[in-house]
Amino acid sequence: MKKEIGISVLLFVLCAVTTLLNPKFISPVNLTNTANQIGMYGIFSLGLGLVIITGGIDLSVGSMIALCGVLLSMMLTEWHWPWSLAAAAAVLLPMLLGWVHGTLITRMKIQPFIITLCGLLIYRGLARFIARDDTKGFGNAEGFAILRDAAKGKLLGLPMPFVLLIILALIMWFVLHRSIYGRYLLAVGRNEEATRFSGINTRRVIASSYIIAGMLTGISGILFAFYTNSVSPSNHGNFYELYGIAAAVLGGCSLRGGEGSILGILIGTALLQVLQNLVNLLGIDSSLNYAVMGTVVLIGVLADQVFQARAAKKLMRH
Amino acid sequence: MSTTPLLALRGIAKRFPGVVALDGVSLEVGRGEVVALCGENGAGKSTLMKILGGVYQPDAGDILMDGQPVRINHVTDALRLGIAFIHQELNVLDNLDVAANVFLGREPLRGPFKLIDRKKIHADTEPLLKRLGLDISSRTRLDKLSLAQQQMVEIAKALSLNARIIIMDEPTSSLTLTETERLLQLVCELSEQGVSVIYISHRLGEVEHCADRVVVLRDGRNAGQLPQADVTHDRIVGLMVGREIKSFYCAPKAPPTAGVFKVRNLRSSRYPAQAVSFDAGQGEILGFAGLVGAGRSELAKAIVGLDRLASGEVALGGERLSVGDSRAAIQRGIYLVPEDRRGEGLVVGMTVRENVTLASLRRFASLFLIHRDRERAVADEQIQSLSIKTPNAETRVLNLSGGNQQKVVLGKWLSMDPKVMILDEPTRGIDVGAKAEIYRLMRALAERGTVILMISSDMEEVLNISDRVAVMYEGEIAGVLARADCTEENIMQLAVGKKIAAAKPAFANSSPGFE
Repeated sequence: MKKEIGISVLLFVLCAVTTLLNPKFISPVNLTNTANQIGMYGIFSLGLGLVIITGGIDLSVGSMIALCGVLLSMMLTEWHWPWSLAAAAAVLLPMLLGWVHGTLITRMKIQPFIITLCGLLIYRGLARFIARDDTKGFGNAEGFAILRDAAKGKLLGLPMPFVLLIILALIMWFVLHRSIYGRYLLAVGRNEEATRFSGINTRRVIASSYIIAGMLTGISGILFAFYTNSVSPSNHGNFYELYGIAAAVLGGCSLRGGEGSILGILIGTALLQVLQNLVNLLGIDSSLNYAVMGTVVLIGVLADQVFQARAAKKLMRH
Repeated sequence: MSTTPLLALRGIAKRFPGVVALDGVSLEVGRGEVVALCGENGAGKSTLMKILGGVYQPDAGDILMDGQPVRINHVTDALRLGIAFIHQELNVLDNLDVAANVFLGREPLRGPFKLIDRKKIHADTEPLLKRLGLDISSRTRLDKLSLAQQQMVEIAKALSLNARIIIMDEPTSSLTLTETERLLQLVCELSEQGVSVIYISHRLGEVEHCADRVVVLRDGRNAGQLPQADVTHDRIVGLMVGREIKSFYCAPKAPPTAGVFKVRNLRSSRYPAQAVSFDAGQGEILGFAGLVGAGRSELAKAIVGLDRLASGEVALGGERLSVGDSRAAIQRGIYLVPEDRRGEGLVVGMTVRENVTLASLRRFASLFLIHRDRERAVADEQIQSLSIKTPNAETRVLNLSGGNQQKVVLGKWLSMDPKVMILDEPTRGIDVGAKAEIYRLMRALAERGTVILMISSDMEEVLNISDRVAVMYEGEIAGVLARADCTEENIMQLAVGKKIAAAKPAFANSSPGFE
């Protein structure tokens, strides 16, 4: 819980400073827009966080989002599939890919980094090939306005992606922090061998985390596709996996596995998006965007290390 | 042989917290002499050799090389004095070639950029390989070589360091028969070339074969030595045993119900050629003795289904259960308290509560959501009944002492009504008080009808806790001793692979439950 409090404070300070420097930050338009971003990035970050908690990693998120976006546009505007079927396909495909990743990782004992790195390359290539490198859009959404409104609309004044994130985060909170499966995830991440010795099917636990990550990536993918409304297969979703990893790490997930919380991942995502917003609002050269983000993650991780070392020292003295 | 021995250890003592590992041990090694060092598990062989290798410093005693006192403060000191150590687990880098391994850390350099003089290391390595009769190139990568050949490379490295004494710790434990013969021959050749060898092995046949002299340690003291002419199996065992053992055996109140738990032709993936069969009764504690590496832990893992490649038959109360399926074993109440507590028994980063309930989480959940209060109740129950010393159930296991950690592992299984409990080295690294508690607990469990299998390398424990003892040797049960025949002598004889009359078969042939 301490970690969550720490970055919450950081988030709050950042918001306060930004507001002081540029009051536009708390304008309804800006807040709505930031919430929208947090929603889209947060959903796949939750899945990625789950994978990281098992001690794995998923680098294929961005490419999956591109592939989903391209296919979704084609399914709706070129093949004229019913919107429900297309949406289902856009979620099921990443789940299937997640299953393939999980199976290869647990059965063939290949490192998650390598498997999902291959995924990153393969799905990006496929997306570009299928689209013939053409940017895909959704036109005026004839026949699937419902889906578009569900992805881009508002509920109670809140952008839909943000509402979805809150609902999914609530579900995932129960899954990770209150369910049997969640306990197994944390146990596997900390000590797979001892978990196996307790009669738990550790392979299934690990593999399923990639399927869940796939599902959440698919949902994000639909949201991103409608948000941009033009899916350019060569750069749509680029680097998104790194946003997810950064959010999870900022939020207290350890890449060694076994540690992390849903709340932490949420705050981590929010922190990254507020940072982006800050760069825009304060008129900092947008080319510095990544540099700012990298610096903040670095500071966050360093600070955490310092606090941990201090806590350990305190413990030793007792 | 000159009068001053090449190496002399005088009155070496070494204490570790809570144990006296060595108490005034002396050892002499002459030039070109092969000295075998024998003793039970924990007799002090490894500690003595680690002192010689510079890993530990002795608390008292002198080390003399050529009659001159020396200090060995570091591994490099040992190497400088010409003492080389061939460990049981090889210390090679298998991604490098033979020459690179031989010259690791002292590569000759050349040229303005200080690059490795590859020509020189290969030229220097080849004659060493010839000297050892090794028919491989110095350019072969180590991962292309067999274990025996890799070991030879280590010996080549020792020779290139001008080693005068080579210590070999269980060098044949993973070698085939022909490889073993080749190694023994090499030991003789080295000795002819004036290199001394200290040979540590549990395999007395090899010791008889190659040793000029056998030195036996017992309880960290010199138990005696045998000149070559007197080296026999029986004489060595006679010196190894005979330690004073406190007796605190407490017999079961009722005779056990025989043959409730049956194992037939069980083969582990580590010892696929050896089939293990035995019976264990309800209410008895069946001890498993044997030297380290005899295959006892492998057997335990095969029984509880953690060895997916294991084959054979296991039956509890006449009902067969599928081998190689750990969930099935746990469902039937067959549990393992593993030897590696922190690696396999516990998730140390989690709390006592989470560890106690990990294997039975479903019991605490409805609709997949865990009821923490129910978990808490069961964890508190185990903390109380096992008197686990912890601030509360929410303390991370990491912060508990070894004995209390072990109790958490026990608590996990005890909360699940065990039918068969296999305890692998249950008291290793645990203080005396906690030990006694664990012994009492095992007896109480047996009285309640749990079949208890206890693997232990601690002779005192084996003799005092077991109602019968199965002794393993090289992956097989060499024999089972009834309580009356459980003597240290008998156990040691079986543990080094000798047949004795007192040994009984491990199971009754006419057993129901198997056709």
